[in-house]
Amino acid sequence: MSNPVSALNHASYDGIARIDEIGLQGMITLRGDLSSDTMAKAVSGLTGQEIPAVNRANVVGDTGLCWMSPDELLVLVPYVQVEAKLAELNTALGGEHALAVNVSDARAVFRVTGDSARDVMAKLAPVDLSPGAFEPGHFRRTRLAQVAGAFWMETDGSFRIICFRSAADYVFNLLKVAAQPGSKVDAF
Amino acid sequence: MLTLQCPYCGVDADETELANGGEAHLKRFGPGSDDDQFHDYLFMRENPKGVHLERWRHAAGCGKWFHAARCTMTLEVFGTYSAQVYAPPQEIKDAITTKRPGWSWREFQ
Repeated sequence: MSNPVSALNHASYDGIARIDEIGLQGMITLRGDLSSDTMAKAVSGLTGQEIPAVNRANVVGDTGLCWMSPDELLVLVPYVQVEAKLAELNTALGGEHALAVNVSDARAVFRVTGDSARDVMAKLAPVDLSPGAFEPGHFRRTRLAQVAGAFWMETDGSFRIICFRSAADYVFNLLKVAAQPGSKVDAF
Repeated sequence: MLTLQCPYCGVDADETELANGGEAHLKRFGPGSDDDQFHDYLFMRENPKGVHLERWRHAAGCGKWFHAARCTMTLEVFGTYSAQVYAPPQEIKDAITTKRPGWSWREFQ
């Protein structure tokens, strides 16, 4: 039978920060009215998390919710459960005007850890990443050099990055260059 | 560099995160209009040195369209506002009037 593998199959790199491609992550794109009660119940029943505030992510491990736009959420669930969770979500949404799609295999996920993680990210995205402006739980959809990407900060100060699977190699190379030994900026 | 605040996600978005959508508040002249009106709708655009109203899209961010009022000469931004309006809201007009008394742009002033 088929054996799903992630884009770079757990590639990693050690520089001024550590970069890991963290493998398969279940992801459901959900569009609809985020202020509706049915929606709130459906997604919190699924992930155990509240709908996040604007530009925030409520994620624990590989389960949670990310705020993508005023009418869009990214639902994170373990990869093996994604089809079951999608069916559960569609049932819970009932007659709600909403659309949920499994996009797990269209994405790649990276993690950047280490003292210079902020430095590495700040080299690639037009985002204010200074302490105080970007803190754990903050989420940002932006660009990474020339491709679309999104990232959030986890409680331990590391970053989780999501990009399109077709751009996974490009993003990994970007991160490697940004994390080259000796390239520390110490801007923060 | 131009930095616009997206009215939907509140992010101060860098120009490189945005896509320009041309002139704001275009009024469409389609079937039933005469040739001159259709010509003007299709081809005639403002090209001011000064106050300008534009459409922008937060392309690399939340993906939403919005309007921006800015000065093409100094790159000063007077404000951004929702895309779901036919005319700039009063607070945007006031903000422009404070900085550029006597301004006008198409039918707005």
